[in-house]
This record gives sequence, structure tokens and C-alpha cells, in this order.
Amino acid sequence: MSAINPLNRSMTTDFDSRNMDWYIDKFVQSIVFVAGISAIIFIIGIFVFITMEGLGFLLEDFSFREFFLSPFWEPSDEDAPEYGILALVAGTASVTGLAMVVAIPFSLGAAIFIGEFASGKMREYLKVLVELLAAIPSVVWGFIGLSIMNPLIIDLFDVPVGLNVLNAGIILGLMAAPIMTSIAEDALKAVPDRYREAAEALGATRWQVIFKTVLPAAKNGLLGAVLLGVGRGFGETMAVLMATGHAVNIPGSLFDPVRALTATIAAELGETAVGSPHYQALFTIGIFLFIITFLINLTADLIVRGIRKG
Amino acid sequence: MFAESALNIRNKRVQNLFRILFLMMTVLLIIPVVIILATLVAKGGSIISIDFLFTDPTNGMTAGGIFPALLGTVWIVAVALLASVPLGVAAAIYLNEYAGDNWFTRIIQLAIINLAGVPSIVHALFGVGAFVIFFGFGTSILAASLTLAIMTLPVVIVSTRESLRAVPQAFREACWNMGATRWQTIRRVVLPNAVSGILTGVILEVSRTTGETAPIMFTGAAFFLPFLPQGVFDQTMALSLHLFVVATQVPGVPDNLPFGVALVLIAMVLLMNSISIAFRMYLRGKKKW
Repeated sequence: MSAINPLNRSMTTDFDSRNMDWYIDKFVQSIVFVAGISAIIFIIGIFVFITMEGLGFLLEDFSFREFFLSPFWEPSDEDAPEYGILALVAGTASVTGLAMVVAIPFSLGAAIFIGEFASGKMREYLKVLVELLAAIPSVVWGFIGLSIMNPLIIDLFDVPVGLNVLNAGIILGLMAAPIMTSIAEDALKAVPDRYREAAEALGATRWQVIFKTVLPAAKNGLLGAVLLGVGRGFGETMAVLMATGHAVNIPGSLFDPVRALTATIAAELGETAVGSPHYQALFTIGIFLFIITFLINLTADLIVRGIRKG
Repeated sequence: MFAESALNIRNKRVQNLFRILFLMMTVLLIIPVVIILATLVAKGGSIISIDFLFTDPTNGMTAGGIFPALLGTVWIVAVALLASVPLGVAAAIYLNEYAGDNWFTRIIQLAIINLAGVPSIVHALFGVGAFVIFFGFGTSILAASLTLAIMTLPVVIVSTRESLRAVPQAFREACWNMGATRWQTIRRVVLPNAVSGILTGVILEVSRTTGETAPIMFTGAAFFLPFLPQGVFDQTMALSLHLFVVATQVPGVPDNLPFGVALVLIAMVLLMNSISIAFRMYLRGKKKW
């Protein structure tokens, strides 16, 4: 046999590595690839499915003017249901805004302390503590707003009801702060040590190094941390459902109850008939939330990547 | 050698001032949470007992224990893990072992970040639209778990990727040089060296999944059920939703009951997290390369 065509034989058996292992390898590679792109599939899937459910409303009852500019959310009015999310957007925005007022100084301060001042064991302990704080479930935060903050606010400020912008804003701020702290600390860590060394060599003290060198260099990362905090506040559901007071209302003061976009979906989806305009309107709010948080996350990511490259 | 100048002294003073200011901010961030946890323990501690954990709620959920909710949470978490761990680990293997550093990988990473950033209630809407209605699972453990699995997928992917990345490239090269295929290298060399790191991420995911409420409200968790789930197509009670229900929906609940439920929930979540963190630190200390 080999005398007839030795070359051909060796080509097909000796050098060809396409044995069982080769096929298994290719098979695994394709499976792993599908898993790899699953995140893309799911993101598209989420958008497609919530759009599909909300489409009927978007095509028939949806009016851009009413949806975004009317402060009246009265979907269960039998004669003239009205689907305006202005008050809900105001509710979400006021609570998120207050949460950021609470969270930004504390989380940046804590990040600077943990990243620049604390050392060794203390830094480790603080980081673990911050990580644990970030793990407290949102329904527990909501319960805290309901059962601990509520009576506290009534006592302290002498108001009839303690479920309002103030309550939800503080709760949301405490929730967002640990996450913002760890992202901000990462941003500080991304500033190369040689920047610090150069500044110290010029005779700068520790705080001068931080304020004149580290913070300007970490500016984008810190902004990214704040944006991610905003995104989280926007999307938070259970805590704002339980702590805001859940009244459709454009807030005039910190002590007004409000209602958030997310909380509206959570409170009403269970009571609506599948396929009804109300049900579809809730999915339309979902589309709106999806797009807003998508844009916030995208911007945050682009800003943060910016410094990594630069 | 040098006498301290007035400027030096002033600078030092300013520095100490800032040090204390930032320390205060860190402490102020932590103190409210410590107070809150202490209040939970003080108000809910009295109701916690073996009976509380292992009996059914009675009297329209105003008395009795939390057993069905506890068991339901275990069901939901277990099924969610079965779906998300294989998928997440495979995705991480693709990203770390196969994907190049190009625009396509970048898009996958963006998708992962966004998947983690989508509001939980939007995940719930997706779960209703996709699993409950489109795939016809109905409101069931399966629908709830799959919704949670997709939501927590980024946790598994990110932590698995970290631990794969920690395996030195030289290990892989040595293996390839002996003629092993990529998959043989991954299975025999990379995964065994990364498995404990992956486990850390899985524990973290368990903790996340346990606490989530919004995504399961409409996909599979029920306010109250008189029976325990028998399979993945049954509805179930869940601990996180149970806290919401006894805190807001049921009139006449004694004060310490919701505090007790909150305490059990938070204890489970923090315990899982602590195990994960401790495990991670132990591994870091043990690392040989």
C-alpha cells in the first residue's frame, strides 16, 4: 500500500490533526461562543419582548403629548383614562436627585479615605464593609423606610406622614452610596502611582497630592461612578415603592409623597388584564425605563473607558 | 536636620483636618446602616426561633412561621443557578479564552454591563412577556428563576472571568506545547485552577438572587399559597416577597413579624456574602503564583 502512494497516505493520517479531540474542540468552541453572545441576545430579547407587549398601546392610545406632558396617571378611569407619566418622572427624578445629594459627598469622601488615606488592614476591613452594605436587598431597604424612617421623620419634622421624597431619597442614597464608593475607589486606584510620586517629590502634602493630582486625573471615573448611581436610583423598584408614599403628585417640598415610574409598574401590573391598554401602558413605561437606563449606563461606560485609554 | 517651617506645620495641620473629615464621611456612611441592623435585631430578634423557620404562616399570615417562603426561595435560587452558572461560566470562558480584543468583544462587554444595569422591574416585564406568556411557562418557579438567572448572569460572567484571568498564561502555553487542544487545556488546566474563584462568584450570585423581589412578583412568586411547590411549574412563596407582603399588604400583623422576616432575609444575604468574601481572601492568601 505504502509503496503505491506513500505521500498521500501520510497526508491524510499522520499530519491531519482532525481526530476526535479536534472535533470536540470545535464543538465546544461553538457552544462557548453562543454563551458568549448570550448577553447581547438577552439585551435585544428584553427590548423586543417588552416592546411586543407594549406595542398595542404605542400604536393606538399613545399620544406623545399626553404621555410625557400630562401629570395625570389615571389608567383605571373608565370613561376617559389618562396616561401621563410627567408626575411619575417628577417622582423618580426628585427621589433620585435627593439620593445623589446624600450619596455623592459621602461616597466620594469614603472612596478618597479608603483609597488614599487608609492603609493595610483598615483599608481591607472598610472595603469588605462597603461590599456588605451594597448587598442589602432593596426590599429590606424599603421595609426600613416604612418601619424605621417613617416614624422617625414624623417625630423629627412634625409632619403627618413620613413616607415622602425625603424618606425615599435618604433610603436610596444609603443604597447607592456603597456601590458608588467602590466604583469611585476603582477610579482612584486607576490613577498611576507615578503621578502621586511626582507630586510628592515636588514637596506636595498628601492632601495636595489628592486635590491637585489624583482627583483631576480620576475625574472621568468619578463621574462614571455618579452616573451609575443615578442609573441605579432610576431603576430601583421595591425601596421606592415602599418608602415614597405612592401618590401621583408633582412634589412641591421634601415632605410630599410621590410615586416613581418603577413603583407604578410594580404596584399595578398584577391588577391589570393581560393585553388591556393599561397593561400595555405599563410596558410602555418599561420601554422608557429601559432606554433611559441603557443611555445612562452607556454614557458611564464610555466616560470610564475614556480614562483607561488616555 | 531641618526645622519645620510655618508652612510645613500649616500643611500638616490641613492634611490632618482632611484626613479626619474623610474618615468622618466614611464613618457616617456606615453608622446609619449599623443602627438599622441593630434595630432589626432588637425588634425582630424576639420572634426568631426554630419554630418560626419551620412552620407555616397562620391566621391570614399574622402569626406562625415562614417555612413555605424559605423553601420557595431555595427552589427559586436553585433553579436560577442551574440556568445561569453553566451559561455564565461558558460565556466567561469565551470572553477570556477565545475572544480577541476587538469591537465585537467590546459590544459583548457593553451588553453585559447593560444587562446588569437594566432596572429589576424591566427584567420582570421581560419575564412576563417572554417566559410567562410567550413560552407558556405560566407564573411558575421556572419563569421566575429564568428571569432571575438572566438578571444575575453578569455577576457570574464577571467573577468567573476574573478568576480565569488570574490563571497565568504560562500554564496554558505549557499545555498547548504538549499538543493539547484549546478545550483540553481549558478543562484540565485552566478550570481546575480557577474553580474556587468561580465558586466565590456563585455564592455571591446566590446572595443576589435571594434578595431580589421585583423580578419574581409577577413571574412566579405568590403572596400566599396553602401548599408547598411540587415542581418547577408550580407557583411558590418567596422570602423577599413575603417581607413585602407582611409589611404592606396584610392588616393586623404584629410588629415583630415583618422585622423577623427582614432579619432572616438579611442574615441569609449577608452570610452568603461574608462566606464569599472570606473565601476570596483565603484564596488570595493561598495563591502560589
